[in-house]
Amino acid sequence: MAAACLYIRQDPNLSSDSRAGLTVTSLEVWRGERRLFSDLSFELQPGQASYITGPNGSGKTSLLRVLAGLSVPAQGVVTWDGASVSRLAPELRAAIAYQGHLEGLKKDLTVTENLAFYRALWVGDGDIEPLLDELRLDEFADREVRYLSAGQRRRVALSCMRLRRARLWLLDEPLTNLDAAGAEVISAWLREHTAAGGTAVIATHQTDRVQGTAALEVEL
Amino acid sequence: MPQHYAWAWNKDLIVGLVRWFHSLASPPHFYRLAQRLSPWLIATSVVLIVAGTYGGLVLAPPDYLQGDGFRIIYVHVPSAYVGMLAYVMMAGAAGIGFIWRIKLAHAVAVSVAPVGASFTFLALVTGAVWGKPMWGTYWEWADARLVFELLLLFLFLGYMVLHAAFDDRDKADRISAILAAVGVINVPIIHYSVEWWSTLHQGPTIARLDAPAITLDMLVPLLVMILGFTLYFAWLVTRRLQGEVLERERQARWVQRLAAGEPE
Amino acid sequence: MNAFALILRRDLKIAFRRWGELATPLIFFVIVASLFPLALSPEAYQLRDAGPGFLWIAALLSSLLALDGLFRTDVQDGSMEQLALSPAPLALIVLAKTLAHWLVSGVPLIALAPFLALSFYLPLEALPVLVGALALATPTLSVLAALGAALTVSIRGGGAIIGLLVLPLTAPVLIFGTRATSLAIHGEPAVGPLYLLAAFAVLAISLGPLACAAALRVGLE
Repeated sequence: MAAACLYIRQDPNLSSDSRAGLTVTSLEVWRGERRLFSDLSFELQPGQASYITGPNGSGKTSLLRVLAGLSVPAQGVVTWDGASVSRLAPELRAAIAYQGHLEGLKKDLTVTENLAFYRALWVGDGDIEPLLDELRLDEFADREVRYLSAGQRRRVALSCMRLRRARLWLLDEPLTNLDAAGAEVISAWLREHTAAGGTAVIATHQTDRVQGTAALEVEL
Repeated sequence: MPQHYAWAWNKDLIVGLVRWFHSLASPPHFYRLAQRLSPWLIATSVVLIVAGTYGGLVLAPPDYLQGDGFRIIYVHVPSAYVGMLAYVMMAGAAGIGFIWRIKLAHAVAVSVAPVGASFTFLALVTGAVWGKPMWGTYWEWADARLVFELLLLFLFLGYMVLHAAFDDRDKADRISAILAAVGVINVPIIHYSVEWWSTLHQGPTIARLDAPAITLDMLVPLLVMILGFTLYFAWLVTRRLQGEVLERERQARWVQRLAAGEPE
Repeated sequence: MNAFALILRRDLKIAFRRWGELATPLIFFVIVASLFPLALSPEAYQLRDAGPGFLWIAALLSSLLALDGLFRTDVQDGSMEQLALSPAPLALIVLAKTLAHWLVSGVPLIALAPFLALSFYLPLEALPVLVGALALATPTLSVLAALGAALTVSIRGGGAIIGLLVLPLTAPVLIFGTRATSLAIHGEPAVGPLYLLAAFAVLAISLGPLACAAALRVGLE
């Protein structure tokens, strides 16, 4: 039941504006009766991205779910913009986008209907058609999601995220099932997002494919 | 005593009490306290139950209407009472565990459930035994109190089954807590059902503000039995809880030391 | 469009695309209600007295069946996570989903019930009360079944336990629903039980979704 080894590489050009951004303090997370890691602390300022890397089962998904506020850690605090992530006010919740292993799409609705639903739910903006074009999904716009392949579904799910005006992106293995072209588009989105002041935490074991500079790498 | 002196004494007492209560949430502390308390609980409860049984079977006079048949109340009423007390305790402990995430509170709820179910079952069985000579039937679906008492048994069983269905103990605790909280509304319904519906059960006998409806020499053994049953219940729960705590904390150092037989 | 209407519309749209699944609880209702006279006796006088009970039990079991998968599909495809993280209160979302489900399974049940009642030799005069009582009771049954679904959503094969958990809680609804119907059959006013059914419905609708939301969040942890 040893705590996993934590290794944090940090970008030396770190600006420090205390309340904005994501702050993790002394986080301890268990899964069932196993402690995944303990005493994890790091900080992400707006405009920074972080990778979470580590072998399977090391707790990347659990960490991301704690950051999203879905799970409660055994110890420690996660704050976003100064507010604790497990007790977020509704307006602040819209600022955090979590994309886990599951796509979150209703398979009986068409691609467009799914996108329109999420855009309305989170009061996002943006047009759906250009997004579908970018990811080569335009021909599937009116197909029910159940007819799409795994890679196509993942692209739709990531498009849902893009339609929101979220400032923090929490992505769990976003490049699963994506081909090179898809990975390229997602990496471009990530770069745009951080350039515009957004923050991102990406759990991945494909750091080379997510082409972008991460300020931080948390290795579990 | 001067004003400020009295306040200082009180404040220390309160702080001390709060600290003691807070320490109870720590499993090893609780375990040690339970070990010391258990013999007293079982001893006093046995004494009270024996005294109450003697008082109820021998000393109390036969009832004007029911003859000797009424004596089953010395088992039926205490078990029904303990069953309801158990449910409230289970729901309360589960609620505390849910809100403040205290593992020991969930352990309390899990330990109480089977004991509460047993007492409720006993109440139902003794109720049936009482019912046959009194009402002419072992079971009467039209009696509101009986039906809701049966419902109480189902609620206990539901809690136990739901808790057992999860692999993850933390989820099991929290989900079952929600079920326990939803079911707690049944307890006041059982209690007030004899006032709301005129059915076979007689009206409230003990908890009335005017003169009690039964004589003192019938009442005293009943109260003694109720107290005895409650202490017995407390002993049962304490022992179960100790076992539950050991199981949940089996990886902790204090448990390993205990198992190895090291002195405290 | 607010979140409540959004979810309601989405769930109704999905339900109608899988209309085969809509029919199952209704067919179940008819089959169960029909089994009782086969098991007991086809005599008119016996059916008339016992008929209300059969109908109500069949309605109860059918509601349970209908709501079994209410949350499970959402949890399995990941949309429940997204809904839990959205700005809309999860209890409101649960209420919208329960309403959508009641509209597609409860309302047809209420519409079917009079025909089954007639087959149990219930007098015509009793039918309005039956329909009214079912209209008041089915929302409560839906909320309770939804609670059962939410509690068991992360258990494999959880559907089996839902009955054990929920049916005891539905006992008051059953008691007063059949009482109202029996009173109506004998030509007496059934206002008392109807008021109680309405009270249960209000209580269930206001508190049930909160308990469901809490259970769903635990399931997502």
